[in-house]
Amino acid sequence: MELDLAFIGAGVIAFAVLAYVVLDGFDLGVGILFPAIEGETNRGLAMNTVAPVWDGNETWLIMGGGGLLAVFPLAYAVVMPALYVPLIVMLLALIFRGVAFEFRWRSRRKRIWDLSFFGGSLVATFAQGVALGALVQGIAVEDRAYAGGHWDWLTAFSLLTGMALVVGYTLLGSTWLVMKAGGYLHERARQIAWVAGPGTLALIGIVSLVTPFLNPRYFERWFEMPNVLFTVWVPALLLVAAWVFVRGMRRGPDWWPFAASLAMFVLSFIGLGISFYPYIVPPDLTIAETAAPESSLAFVLIGVLLLVPLILAYTGYAYWVFRGKIDPESGYH
Amino acid sequence: MLDVTALDLARFQFAFTVSFHIMFPAFTIGLASYLAVLNGLHLWTGREIYLRLFDYWKIIFAVTFGMGVVSGIVMTYQFGTNWSVFSERAGPVIGPLMAYEVLTAFFLEAGFLGIMLFGRSKVGPKLHFLATLMVAIGTLGSAFWILSANSWMHTPQGAEVNEVGEFVPIDWWAVIFNPSFPYRLVHMVLAAYLTTALVVGAVGGWHLLRNRGDQGARKMFAMAMGMLVVTAPLQILAGDFHGLNTFEHQPAKVAALEGHYETHADGAPLILFGIPDDEAEETRWALQIPNLGSLILTHQWDGTVHGLREWPRDERPPAEIVFWSFRLMVALGFLMLGLGVWAAWARWRGLLYHTPNLFRAAIAMGPTGFVAVIAGWVTTEVGRQPWTVHGQLRTADSVSPIDLPAVAGSLLAFIVVYFVVFGAGTVYILRLMSKRPEAGPPERDVGPIRAAGTTPAPARSRDFIPGE
Repeated sequence: MELDLAFIGAGVIAFAVLAYVVLDGFDLGVGILFPAIEGETNRGLAMNTVAPVWDGNETWLIMGGGGLLAVFPLAYAVVMPALYVPLIVMLLALIFRGVAFEFRWRSRRKRIWDLSFFGGSLVATFAQGVALGALVQGIAVEDRAYAGGHWDWLTAFSLLTGMALVVGYTLLGSTWLVMKAGGYLHERARQIAWVAGPGTLALIGIVSLVTPFLNPRYFERWFEMPNVLFTVWVPALLLVAAWVFVRGMRRGPDWWPFAASLAMFVLSFIGLGISFYPYIVPPDLTIAETAAPESSLAFVLIGVLLLVPLILAYTGYAYWVFRGKIDPESGYH
Repeated sequence: MLDVTALDLARFQFAFTVSFHIMFPAFTIGLASYLAVLNGLHLWTGREIYLRLFDYWKIIFAVTFGMGVVSGIVMTYQFGTNWSVFSERAGPVIGPLMAYEVLTAFFLEAGFLGIMLFGRSKVGPKLHFLATLMVAIGTLGSAFWILSANSWMHTPQGAEVNEVGEFVPIDWWAVIFNPSFPYRLVHMVLAAYLTTALVVGAVGGWHLLRNRGDQGARKMFAMAMGMLVVTAPLQILAGDFHGLNTFEHQPAKVAALEGHYETHADGAPLILFGIPDDEAEETRWALQIPNLGSLILTHQWDGTVHGLREWPRDERPPAEIVFWSFRLMVALGFLMLGLGVWAAWARWRGLLYHTPNLFRAAIAMGPTGFVAVIAGWVTTEVGRQPWTVHGQLRTADSVSPIDLPAVAGSLLAFIVVYFVVFGAGTVYILRLMSKRPEAGPPERDVGPIRAAGTTPAPARSRDFIPGE
């Protein structure tokens, strides 16, 4: 049997997007809950828990975008113009939050950059959620190009997914701080996580219930026999994650709530994959039709195969170096 | 304003965002290597001053790098938002090169940046040096891949166009090492090193002007000037080779930047100055040296140099732009060489730290690396027009099916945000630079750090301190 390079390529892109969502998710989340943290020092501390790793986290976004161009150029060429407004908004918002990591310490008016960090994180997250919702509800394609208007992405559903992602990233950010911080910051993060956790689960529920009605194919995939025997374990595992979250919040250890939140994101992402497959840009373009020529796929996949394990190793090492609760006296600023 | 199209605005948007972006890597590529050298010298010699300089430049690097990352993400997505047809057609070639850039370079930089900035006390000096080295290698790797992709757009080879218009790679080696790539890579990396040397030299000069005894300032000034005197002549040489390569593969670009409309079969002059007029197809008031143009481009007294009239009007790059950007770049290159030679002369006479006019010249030349980089990019990219993939895909056929208001709105937003955010970043960087190197790295919450710049330094510091 021949290797299906396009299918493997889709797996690589999916992995990059998932890595981006969970990794940048928690550092964007720290930004979203910034206003809830009182005191300049505490905010600085919260920012320093992610300062050594945010840049690597955001590199997965470049991997997702650049990888999509390499492996599925047609999908890239259709999705980007279709999501023009939310993507541009996201890029601009990421600028505001990205520079805040350094600017905050250089300015006499920290509040401006605190606001920039918060606003940038919030808007970037919301825009990502909206973009996701717009993709799920479907993109009009004609003659290998986007055929819709500039505001097609704006629907009640995409606003709902935007909001869901804001709450979800807040959960990732707060459980990250539960794990990484002590004292006031730890307690405050716990309070926020107690709200964001149930909120995330509720919104996952609502989005999951609405999604099958957007596209009959999604409905079939989830609810018809025999598919339902294979799909039902996704919500079942979500319940397990919810239990781990509650148990970790009540009795510890402190890394359980974060792990449970990561699991909720991974499961939601798998659920999305179940709905999408074999399409990459619903409702018209499949993985196979949008794939780059064999020679491009093979070249990229060799690089991925050789380099991604290495990347994961040294990225893991960087996380290991900064492991444990953050020392309030640390930081080079 | 009436006949501005979405295409014009998309082009302007790309030019604007890429011009802003290129300034950050141009500086951080050089600075990352400089930091690796400083870290390595400290490890090797154990001298405190190298670590102090490392800490000084490290923070400036962090601020610049952050801006480079966020302005770079914009570039990755702009191919799709504004140039979706180009992405769909050329994506199978350009995309994998960019994917390799991410895999070999961006992750490496990002993975070790945290350790380089925050981790010295956690990992020890040796691993810290290794992390710095990885960041430096990452920046160079990034230059390798992105310049390969860019060069392919100038001198495409190794791919065939299929029935739906996609460029299908058939020989990756030929794609990556396309004819203009080696020249462009060397030219750009040298440009980054020159840019950094000029900035470091300007900061050193600034502090020496206030206190000639500042050991940190002396060290950075000497290192920067040494770098300059080696790199500037190399760059002029590399530029000449790059030009010859362009003459071979993109003769219309060379005709435009030289201001030649007529073909000179028996020896072309070198036009020093003049006013090119694309409409009238002539360079007015040309001040020229007979036959020198042929001598430079063909290495023959009477070699043939084709003029723009050889190409149909819709296949000519605009000489009215590249003629000037090219001259600006070349003039700055020779000024850089002049500064390097002057500094070498002063060093030989033992006056490197005692020539205030040299310090002033170094300060004045501080930003010229950035200007030359942008002038060079304008020359090569505008000179590629009207093509995105030279000779094969037109710029006008590459643009996304987007409306004028969408591009206009996003362009406006980018302009406002870039000027505000990166303007603030520049102010912070200048503030960090005005901190005296002698006093160690800028510290947290120091408040206004302008003291060294705006108020007179203590009288002691103005004393003459004999050479090291």
